[in-house]
Amino acid sequence: MRKACLEMVYTLAKQDPRVFFLGSDLGAGTLESFRAAMPERFLMEGVSEANLIGLAAGLALEGNLPYVNTIATFLTRRCFEQLVVDLCLHRANVRLLGNGGGLVYAPLGPTHMAIEDLAILRALPHMTVLAPADANEMRRLMLATLAHQGPLYIRLGKGNEPLVTPAAGTFEIGKAYWMRKGSDALLITTGTVLSLALEAAGHLQREGVSTGVLHVPTLKPLDTETLLDALAAVPVVVTLEEHTVVGGLGSAVAELIAETPFHPAKRFKRLGLPDVFPEGYGSQASLMAHYGLTVTRLVAAVMDLITSGVHALWLTSTL
Amino acid sequence: MPNLSPCWTAEPAVPLDARSLALRRLIVRTFVAGGRGHLASALSLVEILRVLYDDVLCYAPQDPKWPYRDRCILSKGHGCLALYAVLASKGFFPPRLLRTFCHSGSLLGGHPEPRLPGVEVATGSLGHGLAIGIGFALHARHAGAGHRVFVIVGDGECDEGAIWEGALCASKHRLSNLTLIIDYNRYQSYGPTAVVQELEPFAAKWQAFGFATAEVDGHDVAALRAAFAALPLHPQRPTALICHTVKGKGIAEVEHNGQWHHRNRVTREEGQRLLAALEANDA
Repeated sequence: MRKACLEMVYTLAKQDPRVFFLGSDLGAGTLESFRAAMPERFLMEGVSEANLIGLAAGLALEGNLPYVNTIATFLTRRCFEQLVVDLCLHRANVRLLGNGGGLVYAPLGPTHMAIEDLAILRALPHMTVLAPADANEMRRLMLATLAHQGPLYIRLGKGNEPLVTPAAGTFEIGKAYWMRKGSDALLITTGTVLSLALEAAGHLQREGVSTGVLHVPTLKPLDTETLLDALAAVPVVVTLEEHTVVGGLGSAVAELIAETPFHPAKRFKRLGLPDVFPEGYGSQASLMAHYGLTVTRLVAAVMDLITSGVHALWLTSTL
Repeated sequence: MPNLSPCWTAEPAVPLDARSLALRRLIVRTFVAGGRGHLASALSLVEILRVLYDDVLCYAPQDPKWPYRDRCILSKGHGCLALYAVLASKGFFPPRLLRTFCHSGSLLGGHPEPRLPGVEVATGSLGHGLAIGIGFALHARHAGAGHRVFVIVGDGECDEGAIWEGALCASKHRLSNLTLIIDYNRYQSYGPTAVVQELEPFAAKWQAFGFATAEVDGHDVAALRAAFAALPLHPQRPTALICHTVKGKGIAEVEHNGQWHHRNRVTREEGQRLLAALEANDA
């Protein structure tokens, strides 16, 4: 996905003279082809993200379209105020490419794991927050970034994610996508954990539980219309995200549910990282397993809710 | 040759002329109308802004986004009372709007925003203007445009790390179309910079970061004109123009008085006293 994203920046730059590529001391050789072909639009700056975001805002306010690429934690935590003031307050057309969303940098420890990026950016007026599922979706999404107005954050996965979305077709920023429909349970995901949800839905189907999967690659602005229709149609809803359960996709869906007069027997659970700094290094997969971001846990969560939901329905009907 | 001595010793102060006094009256009236504001921080800026807008910058008040304009960012946004007075005097908006300062629904807030004609970017949180100015300057060079970029920062603002990130970056890109103007009044919110966060040797720092550096009396209109006329000081370097100023300049009670950094609940009587004190400069 990362490779697809960077290749797309180069492709977009060839067709649109507004496109700049900005990095803060990235790995040697990053986008060398871009630098060689269009050095005047390739800016590799120092380890100074606050300055980099301000610089990008200045370029954008002059009509350019800068794509800023660095590690997600440094792009969100380090220069948060620059994102708020320089980008959001000015609705600057800057695209933020956050490398290593979630637990990708597990071996490097908590300073490098972007576990709250979606939550903190979701709170900012005018910011658009995207978390695509795979390289296919990344390519389609990047095409949509040219015409979009305002600042935009794209969360990147590790790379080599299973391809679960179509290679062809368009991507609409602000739209949730049905991956499969089901009448007993609904799984809602954002980012690369879509593949886990699809696998879990297959398991559940074989157990006789008709399970839908709604993919939400745009966390902000949220596609509330599609979400409300989807939520209304099923008794059991589980969200899954490689992100803290505080403030991300699960919170956004919970807010919708809480403010909508659904049947009281509807059951809902957020799956994600607990409110802790992930410990133990290892790999992305090992930390995912440690914190229960697995197909098994997802299947179990749905089954638990179905059981408790039946119980709750019985209670409401006898009251 | 620019004076780069660590301790600037200005010539005897040049008296404030009629335009400087008129702008200060506007500032005080705006401050009183809003009942609040960073009066002292604005008073140290008056001659810097006045000379920029009277003699240096290229702009079109009726077309504030004219593409060929020079870009001027007041990064020390809390000094906006001075910017508002100058912009109003140049016709960017009707001077009567000054009376709405900080009122509900006004275009003139306690920190400037680009919804007000003539304001390039929103500032107020310190340390943002230089990086945005670098983006402007890089764009101008990339586009082959001849306009220049001016960024005005405060001395306390230079405590921010982002300023020094920007200093490294502007120097690396050899942005001779960028001028950083430092309002060096030697007082920040809590007290003297020498106490809160010493900046000396200040000029030497800017030189070491790759800026062509000059120092000037920031209230001497003729000296400021001459300093700006000499830009760029170096064909391959950004310029740092250190303006030695007096916080609260022009009103004895306010000068170098930490109690006047920011005030609210300002009364009409205080306003009358400030205006009367201002007239003492006319003697």
